[in-house]
Amino acid sequence: MIRFEQVSVRYDGAERPTLSGVDLTIPEGELVLAVGPSGVGKSTLLGAVSGLVPHFTGGVLSGRVVVGGRDTSTHKPRELADLVGTVGQDPLAHFVTDTVEDELAYGMESLGLAPDVMRRRVEETLDLLGLAELRDRPIATLSGGQRQRVAIGSVLTPHPRVLVLDEPTSALDPAAAEDVLAVLQRLVHDLGTTVLMAEHRLERVVQYADQVLLLPAPGAAPVLGAPADVMALSPVRPPVVDLGRLVGWDPLPLSVRDARRRAVDLRERLADVDPPERGIPAAAAPAPLPGPAAPRPGLLGRLLGRRPAPAPAPAPVAGVVTRAEGLGVRHGRVQALRGVTLSVAPGETVALMGRNGAGKSTLLSTLVGTVRPSTGSVLVGGLQPSGTPPRDMVRRVGLVPQEPRDLLYADTVAAECAAADSDAGASEGSCRALVSELLPGVPDGVHPRDLSEGQRLALALALVLTARPPLLLLDEPTRGLDYAAKARLVGVLRRLAAEGHAIVLATHDVELAAELADRVVILADGEVVADGPTRQVVVSSPAFAPQTAKILAPRQWLTVSQVRGALEGLA
Amino acid sequence: MTRSTGPARLRPALRAPAATRGNALPAGAWWLWALGLATAASRTTNPLLLGLLVGVAGYVVAARRTDAPWARSYGAFIKLGLFVVAVRLVFTVFLGSPLPGTHTLFTVPEVPLPDWAQGVRIGGRVTAEQVVFALYEGAKLATLLICVGAANSLANPARLLKSLPGALYEVGVAVVVAMTFAPNMVADVARLRTARRLRGRPTGGVRAVLQIGLPVLEGALERSVAVAASMDARGYGRTAQVPPAVRRTTHVLTLGGLLGVCAGTYGLLAAQGGVHGLPLLLAGLVAAGAGLRLGGRRTVRTRYRPDRWGLRAWLVAGSGASVAVLMIWAGAADPEALRPGVLPLTAPVLPLWPAAAVLIGLLPAAVAPLPPSSSDSKEHA
Repeated sequence: MIRFEQVSVRYDGAERPTLSGVDLTIPEGELVLAVGPSGVGKSTLLGAVSGLVPHFTGGVLSGRVVVGGRDTSTHKPRELADLVGTVGQDPLAHFVTDTVEDELAYGMESLGLAPDVMRRRVEETLDLLGLAELRDRPIATLSGGQRQRVAIGSVLTPHPRVLVLDEPTSALDPAAAEDVLAVLQRLVHDLGTTVLMAEHRLERVVQYADQVLLLPAPGAAPVLGAPADVMALSPVRPPVVDLGRLVGWDPLPLSVRDARRRAVDLRERLADVDPPERGIPAAAAPAPLPGPAAPRPGLLGRLLGRRPAPAPAPAPVAGVVTRAEGLGVRHGRVQALRGVTLSVAPGETVALMGRNGAGKSTLLSTLVGTVRPSTGSVLVGGLQPSGTPPRDMVRRVGLVPQEPRDLLYADTVAAECAAADSDAGASEGSCRALVSELLPGVPDGVHPRDLSEGQRLALALALVLTARPPLLLLDEPTRGLDYAAKARLVGVLRRLAAEGHAIVLATHDVELAAELADRVVILADGEVVADGPTRQVVVSSPAFAPQTAKILAPRQWLTVSQVRGALEGLA
Repeated sequence: MTRSTGPARLRPALRAPAATRGNALPAGAWWLWALGLATAASRTTNPLLLGLLVGVAGYVVAARRTDAPWARSYGAFIKLGLFVVAVRLVFTVFLGSPLPGTHTLFTVPEVPLPDWAQGVRIGGRVTAEQVVFALYEGAKLATLLICVGAANSLANPARLLKSLPGALYEVGVAVVVAMTFAPNMVADVARLRTARRLRGRPTGGVRAVLQIGLPVLEGALERSVAVAASMDARGYGRTAQVPPAVRRTTHVLTLGGLLGVCAGTYGLLAAQGGVHGLPLLLAGLVAAGAGLRLGGRRTVRTRYRPDRWGLRAWLVAGSGASVAVLMIWAGAADPEALRPGVLPLTAPVLPLWPAAAVLIGLLPAAVAPLPPSSSDSKEHA
């Protein structure tokens, strides 16, 4: 169905080709998953199938890409529109019209299908994707998962034989991601559609793939093969594969179900070992915040010439850097948060989880002061965030937003660092030192736009950390990060927590939460529905449990590294 | 099943149905209704009639608007109208007005201007007549704007553009995409202002605007490139093969027609060319129309569920048109009532028949299909 013949792609001004020597054939009716570290050319490969590379993006494509018998060098993307359906990374940038039904019909209108055919296919697609009750809704009012389904539906209506998807589940909560994947599977099984998709969150998708296309390094020849075989060589792999490689299972399990069947003896071996407890580190607050004034001795004490007793060691409550009580926030008619009570101690890492639109980002905005609570109170470092000037607030709390690019204004990394130093009132060069620590090997003169997703996140993190805020907030930090970048981020955040920073992260990434968080808070409809140690909250939940926990349930192992540590201890 | 007879059976038939895609009013009907009200507004300066027109438009909007993003624009148009009135007043007070008057309200210190600036006045005496005149004129303009705002919030702008002829369709899509950009850019600005706060910088001031400006433009550019890629991949701009003869004829007809329209308009407006002007203009229009029709053959696209003009659409459009016609007629019959005197000052009275005519504009609130969530939005409006 899709044939690449000795394809190389080189963009203008690039030193080396983004793709080279790609030579492969994808048969009809298969779900093929393209995997590899970021920046390896996955998006370019996908773009070559739809003809957007090189017709739209520029660059030089040598070799031949043939899709359904049509050569993309002689067919423009619009002439492949009836054959290939493409959904890019950001569904919002995909929409041309403004309501769901019009969006589903748009592609067919462009192709000139007869009105009665269009009507029938729109109805079918609405049912197939479970969008029937949303048909008249303006697209701007949909949630992330709904948007993704509408985007997929909008390319399905012309009945393409090939579907190309770039990170379809990255921005979605686990349940919405399941929905989207179920739809894709139905397309492959029932309609024989060929699906080619790229995805970083392998733990969600690898079990559905018929074949995996591995792009091991930039410019290296890709490997196409059965998922279990390719995963054995892949530098990026989900926890279930990691565990399989650790224990030496062959063939490698790809789904939790496979792994559970194999894990009987592993569970037995680990029966006597307790999963390591992750306690709250007993580190002091890192920032020289003015502590509460020592209690003045009473009158009697002064008369007796008694010195004030040394301040007692801070009780857990006194060490709280952040406290929200009975917090409520309304956006217009929507009650975004309702009666939320949350406290975060120094050195503690808290993961906020919950479906898209549950109020996670609103809670972070309230803690940082960009949203004013309508009821209840928030205190961060002893101040009310929304009533404090930004200059004072940055030294108490820092937020890395969902789109780290929003924080970057300057045109070089060096200028960005200098600005951060002056914003935070830090000594010159302190931001640059952080950047070199978090992001080694990035020269001063680079434009922030030319950094990769992970590098940009690290830069934004460094800018925020320049002010040494005792409370660090991260909104969806692993979106678009590959496993290596994620592992680096985990290392950095762990170190910060050990230094005494309190960290709150809002995330859909259950594996990240399992790696990092001491506590998990689950929000639903703006209310806290669960708040407790990670193990207790996460292990019992089918949606939020990490793969390792599902494999080794009912024992409370969360990550592969915990298991590795335990096995080494046994040996 | 009970069988009802006579009036009992008639009543449910008269009630407006719930709006669905199938019985949606064409955007054109709403625009005709609103333009009718606007025409009526342009014919009068009577504040009571203008107020009645605003009330009629507002009632229909409250009764029939949806929850869609474009439906929220009505409030913005009302604010714009009030702003226009305020600007008109400020200008009258500070720049004076040629209108004489006897009731001096107060005197603003006059700025002495040199001789060559004769006829320009800054400051000076402000009379009640001047202020009232400015208020009337401002209110007229504001009512026009509010009528446009009503159409804007009742009709989906994208659907209006969908009714363009096939040859102009691609232009229409470009405009729709451009229109969806405005809200996106507003959201970008809000997000970037928040991000400035995160870096500890003040969110107001000229420097903030300058620093945010570039990233906002950058974001808009990136998004437009992404949308263009998506449209291309979904078949935007696919054309059918047409014989070269047809293509050439299209070009000749369109170009010739446009030239004819230009020449004809010039002829009509110039003093001498009145004889050739009209026929030339008409011939040009016909040729351009034929060119567009032929050009439509090149596009392969079809239309999904186009809006149908039904009885309700005719009623909505007709109610607006009749308000306009009746008001024009009333203006000819009784100009005094529609333009209350300023010199000397008289209290405006509500002329009965024109007021009754304006109330015809309420018809859409009864006949247009009822959007599903409108009861909810009415409660909170």
